[in-house]
Amino acid sequence: MTDALTDKRSGRTEPGGEPPRGGFWLGLIRVKELSILVVTIAVAIYFSLTSGPGFSTPANYHTIAQYVAPWAIVGAGEVMVLICGQIDLSAGFVFTLSPFVLMLFYNNGVPLFLAVILAVAVSAAIGVVNGLVHTIFGLSAFITTLGMAFLLWGLSLIISGGSPVSAPTGSWVVSVFGGWGWSEFLWAVVIVAVMQVVLSTTRFGIATQATGGNPIGAAESGIRTNRVKVVCFTIVAGLSGLAGILQGTRVGSYDPTNGGFNTMFFGVAAAVIGGTALLGGSGTVIGAFLGALLLGLVYDGFNLTGISANGFYVVLGAAILIAALLNVYLSVIRKRLGRQ
Amino acid sequence: MSEEVMRVEHVSKSFGPVQALSDINLSVSRGQILGLIGDNGAGKSTLIKILTGYHQPDGGRLVFEGQPVQLKSVTHARSLGIETVFQDLAMINDLPVYLNLHLNKELVHKPLPFLRRREMKRRAREALDAIGINIPSVTAEVGQLSGGQRQAIAVARSVYSGNAKLLLLDEPLAAMGAKEGGLILRLLAQLKQRGDIAIILIAHNYSQVVDVCDRVNLLQHGEITFDKASKETSVSELLELVHAEYRVNTGT
Repeated sequence: MTDALTDKRSGRTEPGGEPPRGGFWLGLIRVKELSILVVTIAVAIYFSLTSGPGFSTPANYHTIAQYVAPWAIVGAGEVMVLICGQIDLSAGFVFTLSPFVLMLFYNNGVPLFLAVILAVAVSAAIGVVNGLVHTIFGLSAFITTLGMAFLLWGLSLIISGGSPVSAPTGSWVVSVFGGWGWSEFLWAVVIVAVMQVVLSTTRFGIATQATGGNPIGAAESGIRTNRVKVVCFTIVAGLSGLAGILQGTRVGSYDPTNGGFNTMFFGVAAAVIGGTALLGGSGTVIGAFLGALLLGLVYDGFNLTGISANGFYVVLGAAILIAALLNVYLSVIRKRLGRQ
Repeated sequence: MSEEVMRVEHVSKSFGPVQALSDINLSVSRGQILGLIGDNGAGKSTLIKILTGYHQPDGGRLVFEGQPVQLKSVTHARSLGIETVFQDLAMINDLPVYLNLHLNKELVHKPLPFLRRREMKRRAREALDAIGINIPSVTAEVGQLSGGQRQAIAVARSVYSGNAKLLLLDEPLAAMGAKEGGLILRLLAQLKQRGDIAIILIAHNYSQVVDVCDRVNLLQHGEITFDKASKETSVSELLELVHAEYRVNTGT
């Protein structure tokens, strides 16, 4: 039957069988994520075969995990904002600033754990400001967060005096927030898992996708799209602030040259390679994590095989272009298949 | 005749010096489809926006189910059972059919915030079956469907909302081929047969209006200038009325 509508008596949608078991988990992963997973595994195998004995060692896994963690955490936040159809260019400088905010509290006698919480809260508040400026004044997210990026950059330099400071030591808080070798990566995995669950199994997740997919339609359906956007900006800023603290604490020093546009763009790149649409409406946090993992593998592999770091950017650029083209192309194909 | 759902009495509306509606009177009952036709600028959109609570009338009143009402907002109108399918459909292309049907009314495992996807799929399938919409799967993304199917789902969502009593359709057949338009007309005919909601249909294509509607009202310069049962009028009469207006305007 080719008609979309049929007589009431014979009219049936699909046969009313039970949806397949495990649909919940399958629903989290789509073809796009599977394809990036395959590419990531292929790249891992390639480097383990070609880059000598140094690749497949626990020490090197640790190195890769250290590359991946900050990109994955920032990427998890950027995915939410990108799905809303927006972008946060300032996330990398929230990453830069938050350790110095932590030190401001810590040096003034606030207990370390509380200082971490407050620094993340301040980071999140920066996101609230981004979101409110964007939604209340109707300024594009690109311009809003670009201005915020330079503003935070300057603030970081002023607060730090332009030079690094030692991170606190000798507390369980230090171990939990980056001090223990794998803690940053563990945080990344937990954050990715939580954000993916939020995105695909809660009403907020659906509202986020609706806000980016059709802002007017979402608003007509009663979704408070401005609120959704403000929350997403808050999430990306809060996560970036946390990532900045984790990174600095792991290295043992808070450096005003950490983070910045570089970290932000790696987060966005991870999201795009992982299948997030830059125009909003669709994307997954797991995809961004896989994107970050792929970037980390390539970065590490190039280092080990002695290819210059410049070559890495060629690969990164090509990967973004291919992923974006694939995104467009896949949806065209799916549309054609769906029409038949 | 069945029970009256909405009666519009002497409604007028101006925007600054522009008189959009001067004296509108119409009525629609359960199980009835009222066709509203008129040229661009005749006041159709203004009238729809008053009926959906988006604009408030300057004069006259609305009587909903026998009670005079002042619709304060779109949300207020919706809470009374006045549902609208706008031209842009308010569909989210990247989301599957069943989530679009539940948009902003998603079911969750209370008190946990997690979505009840399986239940929503089941209900979506039921709702579409009940009004005879056939689509490949409720899990298909809306963006993969045709214009007619999307329109049908938008209509289904309005009806499915539970307490729909009056359904307003703004140009549901615009930008749609003859075959696709036919699907929507058949869906409307089925809703009419069910007999539990009143429908106001705004349309340009007069032959379709005469086919599916019970009554036809012509809106000209902010007034209803023509009101007849479809059986008593014809496409040629409607065309003649509109052409007469053109002749007056162009002085031929």
